[in-house]
Amino acid sequence: MSSDTAVRASSSAAPTGSGDGAAPPWRSVVRWEGGLVVVLAAVLLFGSIKSPHFTDASTLFYLGINTGYVAIMALPVTFVVMTGEIDLSVASMLGLSASTVGYLWHHGWSIWAAFGVALVVGAVGGALNGVLVAGFGLPSIAVTIGTLTLFRGLAEVMLGSLTIPTLGDRQFPSGLTDIGANSLPGSQLSWSMLIFLVLAVVFGVVLHYTALGRSMVAIGLQPEAAQFAGIRVRRIKFGLFVLSGVLSAFAGILDMLQQASVTYDIGTGLELNVVAIVLFGGVSIFGGRGTIVGVVLSVAIVGSLQMALTQINVSADKQNIVTGVLLLISVIVPNGGEALRRVRDRVRRRTVPRPR
Amino acid sequence: MTGLRTAQRVGAAALSALLAGGVLAACSSTSNKSAKTSAGNPPAGTSAAAPTGAGSSGGAAGAIKKGLKVYFIPKDTQNPYEVLADKGGQKALQELGGSVTVSSGTQDTAAAQLPSIQAAIQAHADAIVIAANDPSALCPSLNKAAQQGIKIVAFDSDIACGTSPNHLFINQADTKQIGTSEVDLLAKQINSEGQVAILSAAASATNQNAWIKYMKEQLKQYPKMKLVSTVYGNDDPATSLTVLQGLLSAYPNLKGIISPTTVGISTAAQYLDTHKDVAKRVTLTGLGLPSQMRKYIKDGTVQSFELWNPKDLGYLAGYAAASLASGTALQSGATFGSGALKKTYTMAQGDGELSVVLGPPTVFDKSNIDQFNF
Repeated sequence: MSSDTAVRASSSAAPTGSGDGAAPPWRSVVRWEGGLVVVLAAVLLFGSIKSPHFTDASTLFYLGINTGYVAIMALPVTFVVMTGEIDLSVASMLGLSASTVGYLWHHGWSIWAAFGVALVVGAVGGALNGVLVAGFGLPSIAVTIGTLTLFRGLAEVMLGSLTIPTLGDRQFPSGLTDIGANSLPGSQLSWSMLIFLVLAVVFGVVLHYTALGRSMVAIGLQPEAAQFAGIRVRRIKFGLFVLSGVLSAFAGILDMLQQASVTYDIGTGLELNVVAIVLFGGVSIFGGRGTIVGVVLSVAIVGSLQMALTQINVSADKQNIVTGVLLLISVIVPNGGEALRRVRDRVRRRTVPRPR
Repeated sequence: MTGLRTAQRVGAAALSALLAGGVLAACSSTSNKSAKTSAGNPPAGTSAAAPTGAGSSGGAAGAIKKGLKVYFIPKDTQNPYEVLADKGGQKALQELGGSVTVSSGTQDTAAAQLPSIQAAIQAHADAIVIAANDPSALCPSLNKAAQQGIKIVAFDSDIACGTSPNHLFINQADTKQIGTSEVDLLAKQINSEGQVAILSAAASATNQNAWIKYMKEQLKQYPKMKLVSTVYGNDDPATSLTVLQGLLSAYPNLKGIISPTTVGISTAAQYLDTHKDVAKRVTLTGLGLPSQMRKYIKDGTVQSFELWNPKDLGYLAGYAAASLASGTALQSGATFGSGALKKTYTMAQGDGELSVVLGPPTVFDKSNIDQFNF
């Protein structure tokens, strides 16, 4: 971890060697987002040309249904990645939370009490990640792969092969499950998408306009320096994992209500979509760099691409290829640019020796 | 300098856009092609379909609308069994002058099928034919589709949504038929006499036990055939082999084995294939996949086995969907024709769900095994 960040810190300082003065760090971010706007425009254009139904108002609604709850998980994961960590357990926490609600509902609990317990489960699960990563200093990728399996296993123990509501169960309150069938009155926005947008504003303000947000950036860039600067690195990381657990649990509740049912395998594999959204949004996998605007754009791109591809009947396995390509692009392009520049600088230094 | 770097960045972004666009373009062109071939064919089968309806209710098969759009949503897009069913559906709609769009996820989950249902709704499809990954999770979405006038047909794996939405289930074969026909098949091969045994899957498997119940009933028709044992291989090749060996040593005079599970029958067939002396006295039959059993049918280890034909299943589902979309009522007693299946099907309340049964299972032997690749 620490050697990683050290190497990167020195490499990010390297371009100044070319002599034209370092571009302020926000410049590269703005350029990435500019690229995303272009890509989004291309996707929208592609969709409206290729599919006769892409411009239907209902496309926006379905996009919200399919992507909203995934996007909600992307927000806390963005924060976690900003600090140089990762949380791969989000989709399993979604499953555990939804299964908890299902289990309690099956045993006669009221829906709101079940929601409450599910959110507490989210906080506890997140705290487990937090203690192991921030408290014991274990690598987050290993810890959260472990809890990914653990949470899903617990969900399976609770529900087994049951689909809740099963025979003889009450149906979930239709007023709540309606969020999967009806949009917000007078619009085509789904509830989950509205919640995501509101949360995105809050997360954006926190990240870009508060001391806490700056602290996260500092932790991501240089944990040791952040520690010496008086930032409570471990406490912040712990808090972010708890936040991630709670919001994933919340996303689980939304997903479950949208489907009006739950099985233990709900949301399996979604962690990859979440990570893809975050990285494609321009958040650096090494931490310290990224914007919420980028993540929102990324959600729009991934969501509308999925709608367009489904409408023109591109099979799901080919859609996976697209997700994979997006992930690769988001890792290769920013880092590839830097590598290219380094090579170029080296070549230039060799051919035209710089007068010292 | 800064300008140059900016140009590079823009280039990179443009490249990524191009790359993404390229992937999409490649994908979409293939799917368009398939859509055209399925839609553009002349309705060759309609005339063939018409006479079948003449027997009981003339209107059933005659009034199929042209240009119907039917969405086939299998459990996933790779399952070879359901790929065949989809093909059957495509054939049916081709004959009827409509088109089929096959759409589903890569995983066998209800969530992976939701986008396909949405796409069907948005495309104002006339009918959805679905093999549900979950009996109830898809109900709200399917109900929404039904509210917009889309007819719902289920096959292979039914939904349990009560009346929201109302739907028709295409049952591959009824439980009793499977049980009795397997006994008949074995009886024919061993001259209706001798000790027989059943190699089943798990002792708790509902469908297996239901079939076994009817097998026992049917065995009463053959007084000289005696069921000596029922063993359970848990649909695991190793366990199946162990219990099979136990069975063979406990009953040296065993004449026949029925294995109503694809794992059991293929394991047993493999054993008999390598133990020719046993194969000489023991006859094996049951429910199997032609792809797994082809070798043993060809070398004579197994004479025949059965399974329903998934292509016919999809074909019938296609006809059912087209009939419903053309105004056939969704109620007990309503009828529809079935083209090349040459039969008029009547909807009936079976197990509380409106359904039709495809018919007796298909028997596979040397004469037809090569026509089936699932």
